[in-house]
This record gives sequence, structure tokens and C-alpha cells, in this order.
Amino acid sequence: MTTVAPIAPTEQPGVAAFAALAAHAEGPEWLMARRAAAAAHFAEVGVPSSRNEEWRFTPVSGIATTAWTAPGVSPAVSAEEVAALRLSEGPLAVLIDGRFAPDLSALPAEIGAKSLQAAIDSGDAVVRQYLGTVAPPEMTPFSALSLATFTDGVVLHIAANTTLDAPLEIMHLTTSAADGALVAPRVLVTAGQNARGAVVEQFVSLADTLHFSNAVTELVLGEESWVEHIRVQREGERAWHIGFTHADQARASHYRGFALSLGAKLCRHNIHARLGGEQVETLMYGLYLTRNEQLADTHSAIFHDQPNSNSWEVYKGVLADKSRAVFNGKVFVQPIAQKTDAKQTNRNLLLSDTARVDTKPQLEIFADDVKCTHGATVGRLNDEQRYYLQTRGIGGRTAQELLIWAFAAEVLTEVTVSRIRAGIETIVRVRLDEMLG
Amino acid sequence: MSTEMETLVNREYKHGWVTDIEQDTLAPGLTEETVRFISAKKEEPQWLLDWRLKAYRRWLEMDEPTWPNVHYPKIDYQALAYYSSPKTMKPLGSLDEVDPKLLETYEKLGIPLSEQKLLAGVAVDAIFDSVSVGTTFKAALAKEGVIFCSFGEAVKEHPELVQKYLGSVVPASDNYFAALNSAVFSDGSFVYIPKGVRCPMELSTYFRINAANTGQFERTLIIAEEGAYVSYLEGCTAPKRDENQLHAAVVELIAMDDATIKYSTVQNWYAGDENGVGGIYNFVTKRGRAGNRAKISWTQVETGSAITWKYPSVILQGDDSIGEFYSVAVANGMQQADTGTKMIHIGRNTKSTIVSKGISAGRGQNSYRGQVKILPKAHGARNYTQCDSMLIGNACGAHTFPYIDVQNSSSDVEHEASTSKIGEDQMFYCRARGLNTEHAISLIVNGFCKEVFRELPMEFALEAQKLLGISLEGSVG
Repeated sequence: MTTVAPIAPTEQPGVAAFAALAAHAEGPEWLMARRAAAAAHFAEVGVPSSRNEEWRFTPVSGIATTAWTAPGVSPAVSAEEVAALRLSEGPLAVLIDGRFAPDLSALPAEIGAKSLQAAIDSGDAVVRQYLGTVAPPEMTPFSALSLATFTDGVVLHIAANTTLDAPLEIMHLTTSAADGALVAPRVLVTAGQNARGAVVEQFVSLADTLHFSNAVTELVLGEESWVEHIRVQREGERAWHIGFTHADQARASHYRGFALSLGAKLCRHNIHARLGGEQVETLMYGLYLTRNEQLADTHSAIFHDQPNSNSWEVYKGVLADKSRAVFNGKVFVQPIAQKTDAKQTNRNLLLSDTARVDTKPQLEIFADDVKCTHGATVGRLNDEQRYYLQTRGIGGRTAQELLIWAFAAEVLTEVTVSRIRAGIETIVRVRLDEMLG
Repeated sequence: MSTEMETLVNREYKHGWVTDIEQDTLAPGLTEETVRFISAKKEEPQWLLDWRLKAYRRWLEMDEPTWPNVHYPKIDYQALAYYSSPKTMKPLGSLDEVDPKLLETYEKLGIPLSEQKLLAGVAVDAIFDSVSVGTTFKAALAKEGVIFCSFGEAVKEHPELVQKYLGSVVPASDNYFAALNSAVFSDGSFVYIPKGVRCPMELSTYFRINAANTGQFERTLIIAEEGAYVSYLEGCTAPKRDENQLHAAVVELIAMDDATIKYSTVQNWYAGDENGVGGIYNFVTKRGRAGNRAKISWTQVETGSAITWKYPSVILQGDDSIGEFYSVAVANGMQQADTGTKMIHIGRNTKSTIVSKGISAGRGQNSYRGQVKILPKAHGARNYTQCDSMLIGNACGAHTFPYIDVQNSSSDVEHEASTSKIGEDQMFYCRARGLNTEHAISLIVNGFCKEVFRELPMEFALEAQKLLGISLEGSVG
């Protein structure tokens, strides 16, 4: 691991460019104050170097050395193009290069979703309460950058005691206009007491551009609410993708996250959950498939702040060629959080001798009456399993496919919406097929 | 917490007394002159002085590491004394000539330097502060060609071996504390096992820190030639002092092809009082290099020290080499431990096993920090890591920071970690069968640690169990 000397924030060309972008950001007074604070924070910390422990294995200095611009005028995108990429059939919000596209979106009034810009303009008090406070700028340099520079996004409020009949699908699309640009969408989901709903976010590049997606999703789960959040990142392999998902959970809420990452040159996803009440359940599942020289990085943090809550996390990865994966899972158990049950697993399958995995499952426990375990494995396809299949006439590539599929299926089956699960399975099958060549 | 338990928790450190011997101590402060003084005092050759000075200059350029999960007030390196030796420096022909006060010291610690140990068949090279004062069993070892002596003696008698291997595993520039040690190390142990020789007895050293305000900087170098075998035991206790004392040791192990080195430590330095006043800062660099089919095994029981910062590591350089790390670390009271291991797999079919048991009680903070690194050419490498924590009370903390870095696909790495507590049902079960609280805890904790204790030589295992019992007494009410 070579260490790159940190570039002082002021010397990073990217930081100056980001400051210029932040200077163009708009909003009411309360938002401008938050944006200014975030911009100031980002100017201070800059783009992290590999000396920063959180970014030790994930070199993002390339972000700092590029002077990113705002996306240009986006070309027209047809409804058919969007439909072909969809995973569900229900309500839809489309963002093109970080800007809300009302013509392509279908948001019936009763589901409580609208563009972030529209919500801010209408003086939405809930947005004012939560935007940039659930995932505050201090959490990561890029969450600060997001608050300072975001252009638009989507807001979903699921009212108390209501159930969203069909999942809301949010499509983050980038076009040729995103070349050399920072694309910064933000999503805010709030679920009232006893509310239920699912949200699917997809990140797709319509053109193979070199852009920088910096996406933040904030989720606020009220008491006894149930929210499933599915995130599919399949951007072009020249893109930088930095994602941050943060869920704040109240008593007896249930959060179920699933993240699929197979795009971008470098993808970093921070997924955090704060268990702020008792009887909370947090489930985090993920799958990353990497090839060529891709790097997929997941940093999860689960904060057990209250007693009697459970968290369960399983992340799996399949790596080919010279690709790399980084996993860092943190579980914090506060002294008061007795009877916590936390389990975390990271398993990696290497298909090539030049692929590399850096995994660090981390526990920080301050309470004694808890059950916390973590496990991590890195290995290849089991020779005995292959032999077993071979003796039954299943050899070579078919056996390989079967075993890899079995490995991945453990997390894929955790997507509860069957239609979406089927769509994701197809995406994964296609990619595995390509990876096996 | 019951009152009985309270009493036990608050029991004073048993080994806390001071031996009243006049000490020849260098005035506090660290300059190039200090390094020259130490080197001159030890009548060292020029090359060693140059080596020390190089390390000292490198140290000046380095920063004290801040990444460990431990907190302590900044150490004033100029306020420490870097050399201290008992006044009685005339050469010793036999144990009878040793200052009786010293012998008394060892007896209080239960180290039978004389008859008892002879009968026990253990050769002891006892280090009192900085100078080795007594070495036994030399003759028996010499017959096999084994060299076991103080570091200072080795420099005089076997300079070619020292010069060849010193700093070859832990270079002087390795880290801040290793550089400091390289500049000012006072003494330590030296072991050389010739080709094909199985060392006829377990070698053992007891370290003691005695003079207040002196840092202890030992240097241990163990070389096992091709096919040789040695088991080395290191034990530490320190008397009670109110000021923190710095201990920055370096241990280097070299296992040539087919050699085996087993290194066991029981560390019981003074941990400070219940308010975190006093106690030893134990900042140690330990590393071994294994040749083809060689094996290096570290076993440690860390119950003492205010702060422990220690990562006994193995560089698995040769093909088919094996590295092992078995550890029990206890953090009670205000203790902080940041300990673990590094297994660097370079050769093919290299194997490593890590079993770490961390126990946190009182307001102690226990961190496991480990690294398993499989380099691209280490085909067929295998690692198994098990890292368990036990928490007693909710004012303490357990942390794990395992770094796993795999760079080829033919290797298998497994890491498992768990956290548990002493269950009320377990306690009830034991109490119902007539065991008192103390015995019940001891039983349960020893069960938790048994995979590690099993690796210790017999008498060390017994001592370790007792130490663990003492360290944790009264932690569960």
C-alpha cells in the first residue's frame, strides 16, 4: 500500500471547483446557512488522502485533481429508455444529471413524493427539519460536499399508519452532458409512525462519461415503521461514485437495506444506521461484483444507541480480473445498549489471482450483556464442491456459475419485493456471465 | 457488586514494593551524549555506537504514533532517565555473590533463581533494571553449543552474530518506539541455537523495572539455525510507583529453515491504581521472520501495564512456514490495551493461526488490532483468526480492528469474532454447586482462555491462571 502525501485542501484544484459550484447553489435562507456551513467544512477537510484511515485503501485523490463542472444541457431521454431500465412498475421519479425530470416522472399526489426542489420551494417543514441533519456534513467530507452543492433530488413522506402500495422507484440517470461534471442528487425519505414502504434507487449511466456522482440518501424511520431501501449502482466504468445512506431509526422500526454495486471505476458507499430506540431491527445486505480495475468499497456503521435492538449485516463480493474490494463494517454498542444482538458478515470470492480484498470488520463495544459477532472470509471457489458437481456431470463453466450463483443468492433472496428481486437477479446473471467470459 | 467483591477488586498490587539498592543512574534527558554514555558504559564497539546514533537521529525525525486506541498524557522524553544499573558491578562468580537484596526481590516474586529453579530445570537470565545480574545453567547449554547470555555479553563475545542479525527483523527505523529502543537499549537477552540442536531446556528471563523514572529498554535477539528448536519464556512484574514508567522493548526472532521458535510471555507490570495513577506504559515491538518450513509461535498473557501497545508479528517469508499467535489480554481498572498481531504471508503455502481472547472489566478498554496480509505470490496461504471478547460490567469497552488484505485467489482467510459475558445463569450454576463467586469467575474465565493457556509451558500456564484470577477478582458482583 503506497501512501500518497495528502494534498492540502487549498491546493486541490477540485476543492476550488467545488467551491465555485457551491457558490451557485440556491435555496431559502435556512438552507443557504446549512450549505455555507457544509461548504466551509468541506473547504477545511478537502478530499481525503490514503493517510485518512477511513480512506486508506480507497484512493480518491483523482477527485481532488479534477476541476469538476456543473452538468451541461442534458439531451432528451425517452420514456421508453427509462422504462427499459426500470425494476418496478409503480410510482417513478427520474433525475437526469442530478435534475428532476417531471415529464418522465410519475408521482401520484397521494404517495407523498415530489422533487426536493419543489418541496423546499413549498416550505416543507419536514424537509427543513431533516435535510442535512440526518446525515450531517461532519460525517464524511462528501456528505458535506453534497449539502453544499446538491442540485435537486426526491422527497418521500410516508404518512403515519399508511402503506405505500408499490415501491417508489428513483432513477438517477446520467447522460453525455455529465462528462466532467459533478452530479449531486439527494433523497430524503421519512416514514411516520407505523408507516410502511419500499424505495428503489438506481444509478445508471446512459453514456459512458467520466463524471462524479455524489449521492446522499437520508431516511427517517418513525416508531414501528417498516422501510425497505434498495440501491442499485450500475454506472459506467469510467465514473466515480460516492454514495452515502443514513437511516435514523426510532423505537420498534425496521430498516431493510440492500445494495448492489457493479458499476463505476471507483464506488464508495457509506451506509449508516442509528438505532435510536428499543426493539429496533436493522438489516443490511449487499452484493458487489467487480471486474477489470474496478474498486468497490462499502463502509457500514451501525450505532446501537439503545437497548434490546438487533442488527444483521451480510455483504458479499465476487471479484474478477485486477479489481479490488474494500469492506469496513463498524458496530458501536453504547454502554446503555444492553441486550444488543449484532451480527456482521463479509464474504469474498476471488475469481482471479490479481484481484484484491481489504476487509476490516470492526466492533466497538461498551456494554457487557450483548451478543456481537462478526466474521469475514476471503477465498476462492471450493475445489471439493467443483469436484462434486463434476462427478455428477456438471463441469467447467456451468459448475462455476452454479457455485457463484449459490454464493450470491444468499443476499439476493433478501429483497422482499419479488418483481424487483427478479430484476436484480437478471442484472447479476448478465454481469456474472460477462465476468466469466 | 458485593462487598466481598469490592474488597477483592481493591486489593493492592501484590508485587508493589521497592528494593532499596543504590542505583547508578544517569541524569534524566536524552541527547546524543546520552547515547554515547550508554554505549561507553557498556564498552561497546564503534559499529554499535554508530548504529545507535543512526537510530537516535532517525527517532528525532519521527512522530509518536497516534493511531492506537489508547489515551495518555504526552510523554516527556527528556524527563526520563535512560540508564540505571545496580551499583554492585563486580563480576559474579556464583549466585552467592549476588546482592542478597536482589535475591530477596526475586524470592518475593516467587522466582527461585537458586536451588528451586535448578531443580525445576529452568535456566534464568534475570534482568534487574538494565543489567543482567545472574545467569544459570550456562554450562549445560554451552555443551549443546547454545548461547544464552545477556545482550551486553553477546556484543562482547559474539559480535559477529549480533552485528549480522541486530535490526534485521525490526529495523531501527521501524517505528517510533523501536527507534527509541535502538538508540538507548540497555540490555536484554541473546539466544543462539546452532543448526539441528533442540535446546535442552526452556529458557526464561524475568524482567523487572525497579528505579523510579527510568525507562526500561531491553533488546532480545533469538536466532534458531536450520532445524533448531527453542522455547523461550519471558515474565514481567514491576513494583509499585506513582509515576508512569516507560517500557519500550524490541524482540527479534529469526527462525531459519525448518527451525521452531516458541516465545511465551506473561506480562504483569504494575497497572496503576484504581484512578489510573501510575502504571507502566508498555510499548513493545516484537517480530519474527520464518524461513522455509520454519515455525514461530507467540503466546502472551497480558494482565498488567497501564497501557499496552504490542503486536507480536510473524513475517512468513519461507514456503510452508507457520505463524501462530495466542493471546489473552486483560484490561481492568483504568487499563488500556491495544494489542494483536500481524501475519505477513510472503511464501507459498504459508499458514497462520490467530487466537485472541480479550477481557475487559472495570473501566478497562481492550482493543484487538490485527493484520493478515496475503501477498500476491503467497499461493495457497491459509489464515484462521478467532478473536473473542468478554466484557464484565458496562463501564469497559471491547474493540476489534482486524485488517484483512488478500492479494491472490488461491488463499483462504477466515476471521471470526464474538463478544460474550459471564452469564448470570453460568454464575448461578457454579454457585449452586458450592463454588464461591471468586472461584466461579475464575473457572469461567479460565475456560474462556483455555485455548491460549494450553499453548503455555506448564508452570507458566499455572502462573497465568493465577494472575488472571487476581486481575479479575471482584469484577462481577
